[in-house]
Amino acid sequence: MIFINGLGAVSPQPNAGSGQFPFEFTKYDGNQLRCPDPGYKEFIPGDQIRRMGRVIKMGVTAARLCLRDAAHVTGFTSGPERPEIIPEAIITGTGMGCMEDTEKFLATMIRNNEEFLTPTSFIQSTHNTVAGQIALLLKCHGYNFTYVHRGFSFENALLDAMIQLRSGSVSNVLAGGSDELTPAYFSITSRLGHWKRKPVCNDGLLEDHQRGSVAGEGATFFFLQKEGTHNSYARLRDVRTLLKPGSDEKTGRFLLQMLQENEIAPADIDLVVAGFNGDPGSDAIYRNVITACLPGSAIAFYKHLCGEYQTSTAFATWFSAMMIRHRILPEFALLTPPPANLRNILIYNHYLHVNHTFILLSAP
Amino acid sequence: MSKRIFITGIGMISAIGDNADACLASLLEQRSGIGPITLLPTIHQGVLPIAEVKHPTSVLLDMAGHSGSRNYTRTALLGILAAREAVKNSCITDIDEFRTGLVSASTVGGMDRSEQFYQSFVGDNRKGRLIDVVNHDCADATERIAADLGIDGYITTISTACSSSVNAMIHGSNLIKAGILDRVIVGGTDSVTRFTLNGFNTLMILDKRGCRPFDEDRAGLTLGEGAAYLVLESEEAVGLSQKHPLAEISGYGNANDAYHQTASSPDGKGAFMAMTKAIAMSGLSPSQIDYINVHGTGTQNNDLSEGIALERVFDQGVPRFSSTKGYTGHTLGAAGALEAVIAVLSIRNQVVFPNLNFSTPMKELHIKPVTELMTGVPLRHVLSNSFGFGGNNSSIIISSYI
Repeated sequence: MIFINGLGAVSPQPNAGSGQFPFEFTKYDGNQLRCPDPGYKEFIPGDQIRRMGRVIKMGVTAARLCLRDAAHVTGFTSGPERPEIIPEAIITGTGMGCMEDTEKFLATMIRNNEEFLTPTSFIQSTHNTVAGQIALLLKCHGYNFTYVHRGFSFENALLDAMIQLRSGSVSNVLAGGSDELTPAYFSITSRLGHWKRKPVCNDGLLEDHQRGSVAGEGATFFFLQKEGTHNSYARLRDVRTLLKPGSDEKTGRFLLQMLQENEIAPADIDLVVAGFNGDPGSDAIYRNVITACLPGSAIAFYKHLCGEYQTSTAFATWFSAMMIRHRILPEFALLTPPPANLRNILIYNHYLHVNHTFILLSAP
Repeated sequence: MSKRIFITGIGMISAIGDNADACLASLLEQRSGIGPITLLPTIHQGVLPIAEVKHPTSVLLDMAGHSGSRNYTRTALLGILAAREAVKNSCITDIDEFRTGLVSASTVGGMDRSEQFYQSFVGDNRKGRLIDVVNHDCADATERIAADLGIDGYITTISTACSSSVNAMIHGSNLIKAGILDRVIVGGTDSVTRFTLNGFNTLMILDKRGCRPFDEDRAGLTLGEGAAYLVLESEEAVGLSQKHPLAEISGYGNANDAYHQTASSPDGKGAFMAMTKAIAMSGLSPSQIDYINVHGTGTQNNDLSEGIALERVFDQGVPRFSSTKGYTGHTLGAAGALEAVIAVLSIRNQVVFPNLNFSTPMKELHIKPVTELMTGVPLRHVLSNSFGFGGNNSSIIISSYI
């Protein structure tokens, strides 16, 4: 069995970082949900804060929040007044990597016709910078991996974490996902039709019928172990990815097979946390699959909190783990009446209809 | 569940050839793919050497059967060509016969086209053709290869800088060992772009004379491009299909140097750990490693750090070693897979390909690379190293199939 024994999130919901649950919902009006500064200077040496790209700061901060939380959950007490556990493996997922640095180097190179360039943004543009910087700051010499597969990125990281733990090669893993929303990325994806044309407030995301969603970002990390404690958040039962299923029926069959292999009846899924994002075509898929396979489950959603991005399921996992731990379902996330119990949660998301993913969590 | 991981197919395209056979011929003739820039539109033409695949993208489109299409990046095309060759080489006729996945690596993805897009976009964010930017991310090539091969099972993309495709091989092997897949196509693809050329140039680690790995006077790496894929199969799959594997993966290790974002530590700690883990997994003693295909980029920093790590791991005597980057250039996310294919070629043909452009041993080290072609060398176990930005160090051991 694998347990979530620590978590940390930097998200567009600043009140979610306080540990209070449910947190006070933060509204956004402009179709772009960005993470406010969570107080980077507490987590990153001062001389590095200015140089680091934003997603790196977000990632490092979420990772350290998680490792502090893990120290608390597992009763780890040695070290300074704010102990943090040094993980044995670091596995991250990111859909787009370090966009800010990539764009900066690319734009400068074009503007200057390949002359007068400085290396900083190139150095930080590699996709594994977040995982590398966490390792560097904490002196973690262990297994270090970065997955970069669109809407699968975080799930690939989670699956690898499960493989590493089950094989016994490590006793704990820090796993997470991070992506950043930059102005250039928003502008390009707007032209591609990813976002609603007229501004909507995120608290009415699902009531708006324009095509597209609202853009988001975030960094979320988890401390995973094979042993639980009294304070464990949840059990991570399974994670699966499905590429271009082609039909909702095929997606449904895939989902039911996953439940069967985990020996869970569909009726035992108390809550589905689905990736509803306000795009009518995209949301219809969730409705079809849930109605067909999990008609008795309560339904919650989360993208009005964090926006749409490739690793948003890391935030969904954080949100679900918090619900299990606190035994509270925030009203602002529910689409149905609450379930009687909260033993099993299935997170179902698809990224642009192509990358479908399922994450199964249970109470510890 | 499978404990052993077999290699049943290989495919490769690089500056020294369009397929594994052509690359082997170049390696045997000691013909380098490094030369003046002919295709990449950059101000560095005539100044910096490079190891280009000598076909314009339009020709790669023809070779892949997608003439005239604007949907494929150079990175995706190189990947498709090498992955197809690997599948063909493995004599796979029905991709769905076993649970088959794809684990592909890349560092630049569709940057070649993003550069074209940005040319217009940078002055006016309403400009630039969207078809030039939709394939920007690293996963694009992976999904194109999957579609080309008909793979609809588990797929993922790995990007850990220059160690990416060794990590693809490691993850692929772990997926088989965990019983998630029976068969997985692993490898990496990267094209040369102005982005990477200028990036490494700002770090002042591009050798104007072409890379000289492990030479005292080395002055940097030479950028290359290419793709390489290997078909990995479980014991059960190989048993059922009665295939004779080309080689097997007997160990691997992944560690982080945790020293600096781009530089390697003076004592080569990450490299030492990666090699040590790989050897431990294989159950071999260091003295059983017959040859090492080193990372050997030709930068001052890498070769010194790697050399020190080699002397520490193999304190009873460093095995024969060489860097093949003098042939292919440094192909970044494809490098690990390219060198794994070369390791398979070495084992199958009982040859050690010499390190090119070497004249003076490094004064800090007591070792020097193989500089003459060695033939008729029985190679049982070959170690291959790939190290990258972010402190990522990975090593893999490829063994002959017995």
